[in-house]
Amino acid sequence: MSRIAATFERLKSEGRKALIPFVTAGDPRPDVTLPLMHALVEQGANIIELGMPFSDPMADGPAIQRANERALANGMSLRKTLDIVAEFRKTNQDTPVVLMGYLNPVEWMGYETFVNAAHAAGVDGLLMVDMPPEEGGGIVDYAKAVGLDLIYLVTPTTTNERFDIICKRSTGWIYYVSLKGITGANTLNVDEVAERMRWIEQHTDIPVCVGFGIRDGETAARVASVCSGVIVGSVLVNAIEKLESESAIEISSQVSKLLGDMRTAMGRA
Amino acid sequence: MTTITEDYHAHPDATGHFGPYGGRFASETLMDALDELSAMYTKLKDDPDFRQQFDKDLAQYVGRPSPLYLAERLTKNWGGADIYLKREDLNHTGAHKINNTIGQALLAKYSGKPRVIAETGAGQHGVATATVAARLGLKCVVYMGAEDVERQKLNVYRMRLLGAEVVSVTSGSRTLKDAMNEAMRDWVTNVDDTYYIIGTVAGPHPYPTLVRDFNSIIGREARRQILEQTGELPDALVACVGGGSNAIGLFWEFLNDEGVEIYGVEAGGHGLDGDDHAAPLSKGRPGVLHGNRTYIMANDDGQISATHSVSAGLDYPGVGPEHAWLKDSNRAKYVAITDDEALDAFRELTRTEGIMPALESAHAIAYAKKLAKQLGKGKRIIVNLSGRGDKDVHTVAALDGLSI
Repeated sequence: MSRIAATFERLKSEGRKALIPFVTAGDPRPDVTLPLMHALVEQGANIIELGMPFSDPMADGPAIQRANERALANGMSLRKTLDIVAEFRKTNQDTPVVLMGYLNPVEWMGYETFVNAAHAAGVDGLLMVDMPPEEGGGIVDYAKAVGLDLIYLVTPTTTNERFDIICKRSTGWIYYVSLKGITGANTLNVDEVAERMRWIEQHTDIPVCVGFGIRDGETAARVASVCSGVIVGSVLVNAIEKLESESAIEISSQVSKLLGDMRTAMGRA
Repeated sequence: MTTITEDYHAHPDATGHFGPYGGRFASETLMDALDELSAMYTKLKDDPDFRQQFDKDLAQYVGRPSPLYLAERLTKNWGGADIYLKREDLNHTGAHKINNTIGQALLAKYSGKPRVIAETGAGQHGVATATVAARLGLKCVVYMGAEDVERQKLNVYRMRLLGAEVVSVTSGSRTLKDAMNEAMRDWVTNVDDTYYIIGTVAGPHPYPTLVRDFNSIIGREARRQILEQTGELPDALVACVGGGSNAIGLFWEFLNDEGVEIYGVEAGGHGLDGDDHAAPLSKGRPGVLHGNRTYIMANDDGQISATHSVSAGLDYPGVGPEHAWLKDSNRAKYVAITDDEALDAFRELTRTEGIMPALESAHAIAYAKKLAKQLGKGKRIIVNLSGRGDKDVHTVAALDGLSI
């Protein structure tokens, strides 16, 4: 069983929901990311979503755009992102790591090279923002061969026909984008998400996690109650920006504390 | 002589692919809107009422057909092939861009969406979009890189006079690619009430196809005109390529014509030996940007490069996917012209023919000069004069040390 499937199974048996932090690899500097990942796990992260920095993050709002710019300005790259995951795996074999990003750096490296390097580094899943299932044909066989999960997005505009296609192609979990727009935009409407989630869960057995617009513990708790997990990104990235000039330990401690507060609100039980 | 071995009009396939290029590499939020647009366009493109409305607007509002003009003095000075200029600069708003915005504004109208957005580099597409929005009473927002806002002040003010909101984009390299990112972000957020009028033959399917189709009027007219004027097809076509909409517009009608050589001219900036250019077909490699797979300029890590060209409209690290495919299939050749060569051509055409070209189009003029000598007397070259140079006068003046 994959690390991701095992994680959801364990959480389900414990009656808990996944808390999934998103941070951009190398933000604000490459030396911060590894201690930050460990600190996030200590504060209750069940899966880590690591952004692969890209020069043109078209689906992201200003906060995560700046995170990408900071990381790249400080020398971050796709290779170094994989190196960080490999380092993380030396002391953590349990927490799944999913890489999220845009396709061009991956195309540039080559699908086969990338998938094999990611697998060797201990990456568990891949979520490409600008690769809908229709365009995933080039990578799917390589990913399948090494057991790398391909996670796809479902949004409020996804039609039922497309939803079926996405369910068939998704492994690991389905990422439900709770609102139309870019990361860090509005606050989501929990009732709308709940209604959509009821429909989705009737149509698939794959865990569904919700992201975009989850800013505080209360929202996280309410959203988590209607799905398998929540993804928290812009709140953490905003905090990193404010702490930019602090030490890696200080950033890790303060940012992970924010996540810990959400974990507390969601219930540690 | 060019030999035609396949039907170049048979692309893209049903999913928007030109060989390995094109496609729909878009956020999930946009997929349904893109499906809807594809369905609407497929239905309307052969609809007699839609065709009639489009043709009528082109004739009565844009002023088509644009002339095909034999530049006799230029031809004589260069001492080679006859140079015919396809005068897209004479269109309403001063460039070929209006062909596409007329067509897409009709699509926006049919879609019932009250708001249109656009990205723009030199500002020509922004002006063309603001123009059709004013005419149809649509709310219009144009995204433009902060650097381009600075170097294309005249067009910025034109857009504002037309009632459009111009948003200066300060992220990334502050040029066309960043404007396109920002327009995509707007569209993802406002997809329910907003139609995105993409200005070039790039973006996710069906944009490269529909922008091409709306601009292909250029080549249809030019082909008919050169046959009327000379009784024969041209020996070569030359057009500048940024995203590539004026170029594909001229080329498309001729793609299956044996003996017509096709040249796309990229922005060589300070020269192809360095990094300061915008020539992905000459120096880049295939990748994915802005919704399609195509040739792209990026660093070793796949991060998109900041490009350079004296002409804002060519200052883009990608190119339309059909050009990528035409390059690989050897149907078209892609070459580059430097800033200095383009500026020389700008001055030469202005002084020789009394026609001031856009700096974008000046790249095509500069390459035509080289090609005219190679082909020699008696041959015919059609150059797409894609836009007029008024917008560039202050850029040229600044290079002369003048402030106007």
